[in-house]
Amino acid sequence: MPEHDVKDVRDIVINYHDGTSRKAIVLDREVPYPEGKLIVSRTDTQGVITHANQAFVEMSGYTEDELIGTNHYILRHPDMPSVAFAGLWETIEAGNKWHGYVKNLRKDGAYYWVKATVIPNIRNGVVVGYTSVRRKPSRSKISESEALYKTLS
Amino acid sequence: MTLNLTVSPDFAPDHISGWFIFNTWLQRQLGTGVHLELYDCFDAQRKDIKAGKFDLVYANPFDASMLVRELGFKALVRPISKPDETIIATHKDAAIQSVEDLKPGATLVTTDDPDVNRIGMIMLEPADLDASNTETLAVDSYVIVAKNVLNQNADVGFFLKDAYDELSDLIKNQMKILVSSEISVVHHTLLLSPKLQKYASTIQQRLIKMIDDEKGRSVLESMNLLGWEAMTEEETEFMIDLIDTLIDE
Ligand SMILES: Cc1cc2nc3c(=O)[nH]c(=O)nc-3n(C[C@H](O)[C@H](O)[C@H](O)COP(=O)(O)O)c2cc1C
Repeated sequence: MPEHDVKDVRDIVINYHDGTSRKAIVLDREVPYPEGKLIVSRTDTQGVITHANQAFVEMSGYTEDELIGTNHYILRHPDMPSVAFAGLWETIEAGNKWHGYVKNLRKDGAYYWVKATVIPNIRNGVVVGYTSVRRKPSRSKISESEALYKTLS
Repeated sequence: MTLNLTVSPDFAPDHISGWFIFNTWLQRQLGTGVHLELYDCFDAQRKDIKAGKFDLVYANPFDASMLVRELGFKALVRPISKPDETIIATHKDAAIQSVEDLKPGATLVTTDDPDVNRIGMIMLEPADLDASNTETLAVDSYVIVAKNVLNQNADVGFFLKDAYDELSDLIKNQMKILVSSEISVVHHTLLLSPKLQKYASTIQQRLIKMIDDEKGRSVLESMNLLGWEAMTEEETEFMIDLIDTLIDE
């Protein structure tokens, strides 16, 4: 990876709640949120991705084929505290809407910040999955979230 | 039987006659009376829709949500290649170059179009702006929004992209676009009331085939539409879920 300063590259192992883990590269490089776009994905009730729009594919750095059928935790950044996601799942499993600021990990190791909203997809009274829509966050909210997440992880 | 039709008040006034031509076309296709009622204000229309006055509604995406989830309407078709996108523009000589240059106290000029206003406010969030720290001047049409931007009565104006594109070059040349949404999956739909569902497939088929004959094509052209495509129930639900995420509460 010649274009990056070696000091900025971290090789890490990410452990997920389901006992699986993977090796990932983490770079201290932010990719700006695409202007005017919404990043959209849908999952089944277990958090496995069933739909991703073009902006999602571009920002994540994965192909659509790599994303569909994969657990959404593929985007989890090690700087994100697990309590944030515990709150997310508790909220949506109770049938409610969740908002939060999320730092996501791209396939190439860079990151991007989003303001995410997740809602349950209710069909005939049954939760069949979840939709997440992300928008561009303000720099001040990103700074606040960075400070908060440091105290939580 | 007479079918009562209404159209979301957010299209350019030049296409009003197109909807009356469509009304006549639909009447012939279905062999039944169709009565078109137009509104110049969203709230009055919404009240009448909720009172059960209409059978067929060409609705903006935010109203579609209410029609489907609260009133049991079903979307039959959507216009081909016509997503609802929002533009935020300012005077070409304004000092601001991006949304993030706007400061609390910024003034906005808007219509009462609910989806453009919501998407517009979302696109102001990167500047930490919301209803509590901005001032909004609501006017009746996008031409008046443009006039207010040109007179610098407001820092920025919100436009439906289609309406912006139809402004004269003289007007557009005096504005600059700060941000233009690229959402692509939020669009108008034509919805049918629950009590007339037995006509759903007939109406849907006629509308989809409209593009196949010359008469149909000329009607579409007068409405500034390319044609209609079918919407499945799941596509409608998907769009409504997405809109739901854009409403903060
Ligand atoms: C619809 C939906 C979208 C999600 N989007 C993200 C996301 O963009 N980034 C992320 O890290 N987690 C996302 N999650 C949460 C993950 O499912 C998971 O809880 C999180 O990555 C933490 O994983 P872990 O508990 O296995 O460590 C999403 C969940 C749902 C239901």
